[in-house]
Amino acid sequence: MIDKDTTFLGYRRENGRVGVRNHVIVLPLDDLSNAAAEAVAHNIKGTLAIPHPYGRLQFGADLELHFRTLIGTGCNPNVAAVVVIGIEDSWTKKVVDGIAATGKPVSGFGIEGHGDHETIKRASQAAREYVQWASEKQRERCAIDELWVSTKCGESDTTSGCGSNPTVGNAFDKLHALGNYLCFGETTELTGGEHIVAQRCASDAVREKFMFMFNRYQEVIERHKTSDLSDSQPTKGNIAGGLTTIEEKALGNIQKIGKRCTVDGVIDKAEMPTHPGLWFMDSSSAAAEMVTLCAASGYAVHFFPTGQGNVIGNPILPVIKICANPRTVRLMSEHIDVDTSGLLQREITLDQAGDRLLEAMLRTANGRLTAAEALGHREFVLTRLYESA
Amino acid sequence: MIHFVLHDARDTVAVVVVEGVKAGAELNGWVMDDDRRVNLVARQDIPIGHKIALTDMAVGATVLKYGIDIGKVVAPIRAGQHAHVHNIKTKRW
Repeated sequence: MIDKDTTFLGYRRENGRVGVRNHVIVLPLDDLSNAAAEAVAHNIKGTLAIPHPYGRLQFGADLELHFRTLIGTGCNPNVAAVVVIGIEDSWTKKVVDGIAATGKPVSGFGIEGHGDHETIKRASQAAREYVQWASEKQRERCAIDELWVSTKCGESDTTSGCGSNPTVGNAFDKLHALGNYLCFGETTELTGGEHIVAQRCASDAVREKFMFMFNRYQEVIERHKTSDLSDSQPTKGNIAGGLTTIEEKALGNIQKIGKRCTVDGVIDKAEMPTHPGLWFMDSSSAAAEMVTLCAASGYAVHFFPTGQGNVIGNPILPVIKICANPRTVRLMSEHIDVDTSGLLQREITLDQAGDRLLEAMLRTANGRLTAAEALGHREFVLTRLYESA
Repeated sequence: MIHFVLHDARDTVAVVVVEGVKAGAELNGWVMDDDRRVNLVARQDIPIGHKIALTDMAVGATVLKYGIDIGKVVAPIRAGQHAHVHNIKTKRW
């Protein structure tokens, strides 16, 4: 299906990275700026506001993660240009400067001293210029290894571990061999299978960093749990789908990293990987949080296997849904991009299922909208580490 | 028609992959890792995606799936019965 000569049509950005979408986004720094950001996106057709509920009185590592996620979102190669709006100028400038390092067009607008009307007027002028400029950008032929691909599963059931997750693993094995940047995470959902991930780490240094991240998350669970996690890991949806224990869920989850991939690096939330290979990102297993972090780390296409039918999307990262549960495929077909239910009836091989996913990946990269994009799923959820001050 | 699949020949539970499995039904199973067929009679109705026990298991026994420990038995299970949160629990947390 794919080899080193495979290409796709992407948008090459100023810093050399390749995107598969050409969004002009209006990015609020904080909750207070959502109204102005949404007004600008309403005024200027073809732009996309990304509202969210945070950004005030955060501090320390939690604030750093906030900035890293917003800056990373703006830096993502699926984004052509960015308008940032914040309640005041200095934090707004910090996000603008972070995005400007990529060389892409970005402007920031502070509301204080101007009010919403004036801010919307000025920001709309910038947004209009950007969207007209971006609309002339042409796709160009790019090498397969320039496509960054992340994965995270959701509303998993037992068919995830038998069908849709191994399909992603098969595709990841093939992409890893070609030198793509790949990413997985979901730290707590590796519980019971962490030794398998540790064995797959490419070096002792990577293994140590992985176990550090894994144990750090276990300490968070220990600190805050009331009884055990049986009510949330597995989730009610997982249990309805037949998953019984966290170990069973984790072993199914790990199928996504295939049979041959090594884990080549470890990053913290929303950090950018520094070399090709499969990266583990310490992250929540909540779907929208994890996918938002993948987008902020720079990934351009996302593989999302589901069993019971998670409907998630992302504003800037195309999310490709893979499902092997014939009931879900039948009842929720509008959400499923790749049906691999034939795997469980031995009608197709795992290799064929992996190739179907890679074909869907290339079509998505070339411009075909995913089901989640067509349905308007734009979940953007910032990960919080602790309370605001 | 394949009614249930298991990953590893050592597994003590398997996944029902069709809708409408009723008590008394004769089921065809597929061992995915070594592409082998097995047969079993369902003792209970089992929903799609839920697990069927492949052997009798006593309280305290370790449950194997993917050939790996996924938890412990907390209520006795007979082969062909529904295996889920009412008779299996994690060893963690």
